[in-house]
Amino acid sequence: MSRVSIDFVYLFAGACFVLALRWMSAPTTARRGIWVGEVGMAAAVVATLLKTEVVSYQWIAVALVIGATIGALMAIFMPMTAMPQRIALSHAFGALAAALVGTAEFYLDTPHIRPFKMAVLGAEVLLGFLTFTGSLMAFGKLQELIPTRPVVFRGQNVVNLSILAAAVGIVVFLVPHPSSKELFPILAVLALVFGVELILPIGGADMPTVISILNSYAGLSGAALGFVLDNKVLIIAGALDGSSGFLLSVIMCRAMNRSFTNVLFGAFGQVQTGGPAVIEERPVRSGSPEEAAMILDAARSVIIVPGYGLAVAQAQHKARELADALGARGVDVKFAIHPVAGRMPGHMNVLLAEAEVPYDQIYDMDSINPEFPHSDVALVVGANDVTNPAARTNKGSPIYGMPILNVDQAQTVMVVKRSMNPGFAGIENELYYNEKTMMLFGDGKGMLTQLVNELSNARV
Amino acid sequence: MLTRVEIGLYVFVLATFLGFEVIRRVPSLLHTPLMSLTNAISGIALVGSLVLAGSNRGTLATVLGTLAVTASTINVVGGFMITDRMLRMFKRRGERAPREAPSDTSREPAQ
Repeated sequence: MSRVSIDFVYLFAGACFVLALRWMSAPTTARRGIWVGEVGMAAAVVATLLKTEVVSYQWIAVALVIGATIGALMAIFMPMTAMPQRIALSHAFGALAAALVGTAEFYLDTPHIRPFKMAVLGAEVLLGFLTFTGSLMAFGKLQELIPTRPVVFRGQNVVNLSILAAAVGIVVFLVPHPSSKELFPILAVLALVFGVELILPIGGADMPTVISILNSYAGLSGAALGFVLDNKVLIIAGALDGSSGFLLSVIMCRAMNRSFTNVLFGAFGQVQTGGPAVIEERPVRSGSPEEAAMILDAARSVIIVPGYGLAVAQAQHKARELADALGARGVDVKFAIHPVAGRMPGHMNVLLAEAEVPYDQIYDMDSINPEFPHSDVALVVGANDVTNPAARTNKGSPIYGMPILNVDQAQTVMVVKRSMNPGFAGIENELYYNEKTMMLFGDGKGMLTQLVNELSNARV
Repeated sequence: MLTRVEIGLYVFVLATFLGFEVIRRVPSLLHTPLMSLTNAISGIALVGSLVLAGSNRGTLATVLGTLAVTASTINVVGGFMITDRMLRMFKRRGERAPREAPSDTSREPAQ
């Protein structure tokens, strides 16, 4: 196949990718988006295999078979609760591929590498390797193979910044001196170490942001690889991936009222170490499943607010059963999702969809908040900080300014919770002491099951 | 006449802006499938890896190329498949077919 026709196939693939993302804007067209993306990808791969440079196919065949098998097995068997882990792994694979190709290009072309190419190659390898180990670390934290709490030590930022500065220094030196082969492995090692160091001080609650940032890095390293190989479709795909990751991390940061630098360089847990020592015993109203079921039965509108705790308790299906039971009694049921519910952007929506909650029953924060004042019951299951009114009112609170779901504006608030222990961030939740709030102590799945049973008994 | 580098920069900048505009319209409902789809798409690095693995430019290139092909194929195949698996679960009210019946009957017995 001629070079020009291959370039046209790549252009076609790039257009397919843009269209694929365009169709992701609605659930009704999204699957069409996958299809057009697959068509673009298949065309690009076939055209590449027909390139004149590609002369031997045995290793390609082996790698394609192994890769396709692993990819398919992961796609079929990975549980939906493990989606963040899978995404973290795929960032790692994508970044590794980019970094390895960049490395090979360096050794093949040195010492004759033009300055611009060397600069993007250096940036690409640096980003690729740091995203590789960074994503593996994120995977480890999400899978709880390594401690999810922030690991911090004195002078950490100084150490990290020196590692990064050294790596950048090597890239800068290599631009006019691409023959200094011996520096390249040092660059790779520094980047690998920096990736580990970057994620070490970040706590589990920040994972949605971190995954989005790593997504952005993986995209950028892909785009840089496109410059190295002078391949436009790589630049397009990398730019789309990079901007998507960047946009999502901005959304996540905004939803947590944090800045990028704050996520990356400030461990969240440290803020309130002095705080909660003096908590006076305040009365809370605790309710039984029977009472709760009665109130729910009499309600006209109920908003269920699920958090990641719901998924941990594997109670998504029970939540859907409760919604169905209430729906059958003429109660209007909605689900309200905070942007950072779950461990990655949009995670909670996927978990509810898996439990067969229809997506037009699921509302995001901005569209549901005006509805709380008109609703009879807000039922909070496994969510904590994102419902804390202190974020609106208490300037001293570490989460002050964070946008929250205004559950306290509902007529009655029910909170399903194991105990009064403060949540992940260790912050007291004012909501639990509100006189409108009824605490339902118990495990999420068990409590929802009881509520469903109570409701069906009431009908008999 | 533009150099290759300049054309590349044009493409990069325009594609980034296009990306922002397109992705801004994706509702938060679909953010997880979005991320998994962009992952699959950025597996296009596969085309670079294929050339490296198949062009007989020495052992190093073949080894690194083969590893890179494996890694990107995992992303491409796995990414498209799992995105589809997720999106198949997103249903509107009423689209949810036969599951209604058993949960209804389960209410009656026991008592």
